[in-house]
Amino acid sequence: MAKQKSAFLDNLGKIYLMYTGIFIAFVIGLGIAEKMGMSNKTMGYMFMGVTIGVYALIGVLSRTAKISEYYVAGRSVPAFFNGMATGSDWMSAASFIGMAGTIFGLGYDGLAYIMGWTGGYVLLAVFLGPYLRKFGQYTIPDFLGARYGGHAARTIGIIAAITASFTYLIAQVTGVGIIMSRFLAIDFQVGVFVGLAGILVCSMLGGMKAVTWTQVAQYIILIVAYLTPVTVMSYKATGVPISQIMYGQVLQKIDAKEKAINADAKEAEVRALWKKEVAKIDADIKGLPASLDQKKQDLDAKLAALPADAPAKGREAVEKAIKGLPKNPEEAKEKWTAAKTAAAGKSKPIKPYLEPFARLDMKNMLALTFCLMVGTAGLPHILMRYYTVPSVKDARISVGWSLFFIFLLYFTAPAYAAFARNEVLSNIVGLPIASLPTWMANWAKVGLVSFKDINADGILQFYELTIGPDAIVLATPEIAGLPYVVSGLVAAGGLAAALSTADGLLLTISNALSHDLYYKIVNPKASILKRLTISRVLLVVVALISAYVATFKLTIIVELVAWAFSIAAASFFPALVMGIWDKRANKAGALAGMWAGFGTCLFYMIGSRFYGLDWWGIKTISSGLFGIPLGFITIYVVSRLTAAPTKEMQELVESVRIPKGAGQAHAE
Amino acid sequence: MADKKTLEAYWNENKKLTAFTMIIWFVVTYVAAFFAKDLNNIVIFGFPFGYYMAAQGSLIVFVWLIFNYAFKMNKLDRKYGVQEEEEE
Repeated sequence: MAKQKSAFLDNLGKIYLMYTGIFIAFVIGLGIAEKMGMSNKTMGYMFMGVTIGVYALIGVLSRTAKISEYYVAGRSVPAFFNGMATGSDWMSAASFIGMAGTIFGLGYDGLAYIMGWTGGYVLLAVFLGPYLRKFGQYTIPDFLGARYGGHAARTIGIIAAITASFTYLIAQVTGVGIIMSRFLAIDFQVGVFVGLAGILVCSMLGGMKAVTWTQVAQYIILIVAYLTPVTVMSYKATGVPISQIMYGQVLQKIDAKEKAINADAKEAEVRALWKKEVAKIDADIKGLPASLDQKKQDLDAKLAALPADAPAKGREAVEKAIKGLPKNPEEAKEKWTAAKTAAAGKSKPIKPYLEPFARLDMKNMLALTFCLMVGTAGLPHILMRYYTVPSVKDARISVGWSLFFIFLLYFTAPAYAAFARNEVLSNIVGLPIASLPTWMANWAKVGLVSFKDINADGILQFYELTIGPDAIVLATPEIAGLPYVVSGLVAAGGLAAALSTADGLLLTISNALSHDLYYKIVNPKASILKRLTISRVLLVVVALISAYVATFKLTIIVELVAWAFSIAAASFFPALVMGIWDKRANKAGALAGMWAGFGTCLFYMIGSRFYGLDWWGIKTISSGLFGIPLGFITIYVVSRLTAAPTKEMQELVESVRIPKGAGQAHAE
Repeated sequence: MADKKTLEAYWNENKKLTAFTMIIWFVVTYVAAFFAKDLNNIVIFGFPFGYYMAAQGSLIVFVWLIFNYAFKMNKLDRKYGVQEEEEE
């Protein structure tokens, strides 16, 4: 390792401690400025501008022209800091903004995400991480290429890496756009591109090295932002600021409140009204396509019947309703079926928050947990991070630190959900519609909260209120009545979570293209300068494509992200694990296994999502359940039916299994 | 390079530790979830135990499992003389 770098590496602890102190002082300073009259908009600009500026600055300071720094941060990242970087690489906009909301809605069953997205690290720690570090190349397709020989395995690796990473990347870019547009009051499209500029300065100049040190900085911001509001809520509700312990009491309150709501006569009235709604929608669905035409005719007639001097507002409302109608019977069926399911959910008493398998059956909850776990251990942008530590020993410890830093947020998420649910059940439900708090109207404007007094008694009943999962974390500072500076902090945290993950994904994709496809397959003689230039250009191109796709705001994206886990689980995981743990596994077996896993997973996904395919009642999101074991079995069986790998290959496997000699992998 | 016998012994110990880790991993997630309804009858500090295991308990065990694995493996490396060169 070069000596001049060690000044930075030796003082990492001090540097980041100072950084944390300055950041906290910055937040407190803004809090004081708010008291003195700083506007919300200025504060939004301060938070976004300063944090993105810091990330870009780290990028500039870490710029590099060395291949090993660009791809694997010079393999000099200490285990502790690699853990932090992995934490923010891993925790995306979905973890930060969406997870507490998911648990809020699903209760016990939502914990599948908590267990799935942490338990995967155990698999990573014992089956993959240390061995990949010993192998010591630059990318995950590198391992497949070297272990199974030839370009075929590497190519499947490239395809799977890009498929899984790209959908995931679009979701992050969308998250960036939403946060930027909401807190800076700018256009969604503009928000996407401003945010991307921040990512690009960072990853383009310094590759993995810059991304690593930025991710550490982003982790600090996101964890401070996540813990602050929930700690205050815990203090307010229980008098003790340790939310993770205190929410046990709150769980009991939730249970009691839910029982009271189920027994309430007015609530029963609302449920009965929803039941009628279900019957109505059902009749509409059965009456397709005539029912859709009828709806359109009714609205057209209504528009025509409006007097010429009718207020513009009324006219706009009808015009909007006409535009909002489904375009064709297929779309109507899909939309109305979703509406029917939602209404049906509201026509029944609340299922207890704490009861297991009330919303997902046991089979599906366990299957989902399993797919998320295996998927976590198979995602290339995470696996890649373990190439950056100095040794195998560090890789092992580093997985521990990674999970520890992720754990800090994940074991708080259920507390977050519980405090928010308690607040809604105790202090919001039962309020007169006329005197609802202002935050509800604010978030209703952006569509994350909606309420309607359907039994017209002037009181808000539980099922008259719908809260989108994304509203829980973003709106909590307002729900708890905290100053706006906390909202700004939460937004900066969400932005850090989305940007850090986007950075890692962007690098994974451009490396798969520049290193694996171009350098290893197309032009192995390319010079270092050429390789780096191509990689930087690809970063910009991939970023622009993802921003372009994100501007369409496709609703399918959220679903696709969940699919990425099953894809990674079924295609990568078996081939990687068998490559290390089964000396007899060969090229034919790996290729067959990867195709079988990937293919089965994709077949079930598309089949169950669009064509009503149903194996054993498993939901689309857990499609990997079939592909994972099939992948393993196929590799095992096909490898044994074909010729054993060469002696050199078996020796490679043996050398991967012991840490000794890891130093040699530094070469180049 | 260490001889074949040492390597085999090292790998076998590794396999045992891996199996131990996976068994605990399986029990705290899947077995605990399977019995979550029964475990919920035990309430500690307001937390029904089945819920607690899925929300926090299993996570704490995961973190411990990984550090435990790392420390034991690093010790095993030295026992069999297969550790990395830097620390010799």
